[in-house]
Amino acid sequence: MEPKELIARRVALELKAGMLVNLGIGLPSMVARFVPSGHGIFFQTENGFIGTGGRPPEGMEDPHLTDAGAGFVMAEPGAATIDSTMVFGLIRGGHMDLTVLGGLQVDEAGQLANWQVPGKMVPGMGGAMDLVTGAAAVIVAMQHSAKGEARVVRKCTLPLTSLRRVDLVVTDMAVLKPTEAGLVLRERAPGVSVEDIVAQTEARLIVEGDIPEMKLA
Amino acid sequence: MRKVLRPEEAAEMIPDGASLLIGGFMGVGGPMRMMNALVARGARDLTIIANDSGHKGIGIGALVAAGAVRKMITSHIGLNPETQAKMIAGEIEVELVPQGTLIERIRAGGFGLGGVLTPTGLGTEVENGKQVIEVDGKRFLLEKPIKADFALVRAWRADYIGNLSYAFTARNFNPTIAMAGKVVIAEPESIVPTGAIAPDDVHTPGAIVDHLLTRGA
Repeated sequence: MEPKELIARRVALELKAGMLVNLGIGLPSMVARFVPSGHGIFFQTENGFIGTGGRPPEGMEDPHLTDAGAGFVMAEPGAATIDSTMVFGLIRGGHMDLTVLGGLQVDEAGQLANWQVPGKMVPGMGGAMDLVTGAAAVIVAMQHSAKGEARVVRKCTLPLTSLRRVDLVVTDMAVLKPTEAGLVLRERAPGVSVEDIVAQTEARLIVEGDIPEMKLA
Repeated sequence: MRKVLRPEEAAEMIPDGASLLIGGFMGVGGPMRMMNALVARGARDLTIIANDSGHKGIGIGALVAAGAVRKMITSHIGLNPETQAKMIAGEIEVELVPQGTLIERIRAGGFGLGGVLTPTGLGTEVENGKQVIEVDGKRFLLEKPIKADFALVRAWRADYIGNLSYAFTARNFNPTIAMAGKVVIAEPESIVPTGAIAPDDVHTPGAIVDHLLTRGA
């Protein structure tokens, strides 16, 4: 399975009916493809909508109805339009049950850096700082390493997104649970050994007992 | 009944060096005709406060490409490489603000508040140079209000007295910026007789709209 699909399938298992969920752009948005139909999850997009659906049939797009990347979407029955103050009121005010975001680095303290590589790539933080600060649960969905560089590191060297400890990190190699004591290895990807994971992780991992293989949706 | 302005008349009202609040999210719900008219007039030294800098060469991206922009206060420039390049070259000053903080600063400006206290950005680069205020044992950043000389609003429908209604995700920043511009110019897609927009469906009351643009083609 392609690494991104594996990550998205594993994250999808964390979404439950009735939750208000925000998916970041890129890899996190793929998660919506792997929740069962009739899932009962409320998907919020930062541009002001709860209940976005898939892409409409060609010729039936509405230029007023898009996702946060300006791509055409449909609306699920029961959807609601919200303005930008409401979007972030939901996020900061404790109403957002879960957000799934991409990452550039996560460290042993469970802190996330995902909004710039100074001097190289400065896209801006968009809604990420509000989401990581305010959502009830934060899942980081990212590839375990990029261009041979570990992304799970001892201490983030890139600018932090928030001081908050994220709740779960899902990569194409492992599921990690940040705790006060450090990063606990919870699951390993199919066919990946604990030794492989440790070898490709700069951070120290807490490994206790048998580590089960990831279940996938 | 109001007199409507053509886009080029609106652009003439906006002097070089003005500060503009501009609605839209990646161009969706952005006042495209007014922005194009500003480009055509050869506007210079504008300060633009908006969610993002759009796509390259379109909407706000067209103003950036035309060299009309001196400063941007925005949350995201990632989908417009030209803004990033001009920022790195020192041609445009960019103040990056978390999206939820940006919309609340604009709301504070329009709603007569002295600022907002938000946990977003604590302990990150966003905190630099800002006051940290403790309330009941919790720490917050003091973020100051934003107002501008003009608010350029895009609406789905307007009526003859300037009541506005927005469609789906084209609402986004529009109702909030309409409160924070000294002069509010609304660009509707269609103009309907007064009364055709039911009171419950008016998102921005005509009483705060100063000028109405001709309907879209």
